[in-house]
Amino acid sequence: MYASEFEYYAPGTVAEAVALLGKYGDDAKVVSGSQSLVPMMKLRLSSLKHLVDLRKVPGLTGITESGGFVVVGGMTTHHAVSVSELVKKKLPMMAEAAGNIGDAQVRNLGTIGGSLAHADPSADWPAVLTALDATLVIASAGGERSVKIGDFILGPLTTVLQPAEILTQVRVPLPQGRYGGAYQKLPHPASRFAVVGVAAEMFLDAGGAVQSSRIAITGLGPKVSRASSVEQALQGKKPDAAALKAAAAKAADGIEIRDDLIGSAAYKANLAAVIAERVLARAVARATNR
Amino acid sequence: MASVTITVNGTPQTREIETRVLLVHFLRDTLGLTGTHVGCDTSQCGACTVTLDGMAVKSCSLFAVQADGRSVGTIEGVAKEGKLNAMQEGFWQEHGLQCGFCTPGMIMAACALIERNPKPTDHEVRVGLEGNMCRCTGYTNIVKAVQTAAAATAAGKR
Ligand SMILES: Cc1cc2nc3c(=O)[nH]c(=O)nc-3n(C[C@H](O)[C@H](O)[C@H](O)COP(=O)(O)OP(=O)(O)OC[C@H]3O[C@@H](n4cnc5c(N)ncnc54)[C@H](O)[C@@H]3O)c2cc1C
Ligand code: FES
Ligand code: FES
Repeated sequence: MYASEFEYYAPGTVAEAVALLGKYGDDAKVVSGSQSLVPMMKLRLSSLKHLVDLRKVPGLTGITESGGFVVVGGMTTHHAVSVSELVKKKLPMMAEAAGNIGDAQVRNLGTIGGSLAHADPSADWPAVLTALDATLVIASAGGERSVKIGDFILGPLTTVLQPAEILTQVRVPLPQGRYGGAYQKLPHPASRFAVVGVAAEMFLDAGGAVQSSRIAITGLGPKVSRASSVEQALQGKKPDAAALKAAAAKAADGIEIRDDLIGSAAYKANLAAVIAERVLARAVARATNR
Repeated sequence: MASVTITVNGTPQTREIETRVLLVHFLRDTLGLTGTHVGCDTSQCGACTVTLDGMAVKSCSLFAVQADGRSVGTIEGVAKEGKLNAMQEGFWQEHGLQCGFCTPGMIMAACALIERNPKPTDHEVRVGLEGNMCRCTGYTNIVKAVQTAAAATAAGKR
């Protein structure tokens, strides 16, 4: 399969990159890991005329801790996140999710920023970063703006990113207190995308009851959803097996699920409850042991 | 059109190419290195796996211009002076192939795998090669081949 013809640029700074994007508008796109964009170009689902490669822009990769945040560069690969000692220690669910995206070759090229910008409704990062309450830093010719993950994705393959903007950083606040997070998905047998994936970050109070939680589900709806009914059901409860099961049963509440080739809406709703129960149990165990 | 210089198996190769030429087509059609195979052309099968700056990637999933100034390794560069490397030897000994179509990609992915993880468990080999499909072997002998190669490499380094 051959993409249609395009001009290729590999600028050396964010400023140059956004200038190119500004100049060519809707005819231009940035490329990071290529794992979603190049297939779309080959299928002619995208027929951009100007391709702006970010690979030579310094400072867009790497993972650091600063001012109470883990800061992940937008061009950081899934592989780099999965093996980061900092991530494994402080935010293990991020490493867990990153290490199960696609396969080794996809993880070696694919990036966290590319995944968020692509906004596939079955992608893993949106759920994980929603549970972790991440903030995204977006650069344009006018400077930088920050957008909460909850305000970033609008729908399938649609985000608030403007044509001349680049996602430069993912900032994850380091949770405080007795916290624990976990992520799990049922991978589609061919693509490894999530049929359903559940991410949970739980906070326990001194007595061991649930102080608060953030739970997010990918794969069910047109975009990642917060499982607010589960969060509410857990609030103030002792997180024993019965409480977790009862709360997890509400995982798909309020989410409009469609039947598709992968399974019926009823199947996916049940799957969400089953995965949610397991994820909650692991998050609680991590919080209890912290 | 664009001018690219890509170091392939240690030798810099400079060519004028269309920007939309995929890395796999650059290797096969421009350079004539047909050891890298195209199975699916949709990033699924891994037959086109090569290394890009030492990392296993699917060469049908990026354009050659994106590899400008970088190093690519293909199956043609694995044997040194006519001598199979440990992974090729492992596939040979353990009968890790039948038709051989997946083999170049398998070997490139497997070499990168044992470089990162010199003593993988069988499970780690299977997970590590998830991006490579084989229609013939049922994978059992591929896992054995990788383990044989890993053991031989470890013994060689001692
Ligand atoms: C076989 C296969 C299996 C996969 N399995 C999974 C899976 O299990 N789970 C999962 O979540 N994903 C999966 N993916 C998708 C993968 O995670 C991609 O890496 C990701 O969707 C896109 O990231 P990228 O860096 O490759 O982006 P690209 O393909 O380079 O770009 C994708 C889009 O994002 C835009 N973009 C890229 N970077 C930026 C930036 N910094 N700022 C603004 N816009 C940007 C591009 O313009 C483009 O529109 C899979 C892909 C393949 C091929
Ligand atoms: S040909 Fe590239 S993954 Fe199949
Ligand atoms: S040996 Fe035939 S596809 Fe693997």
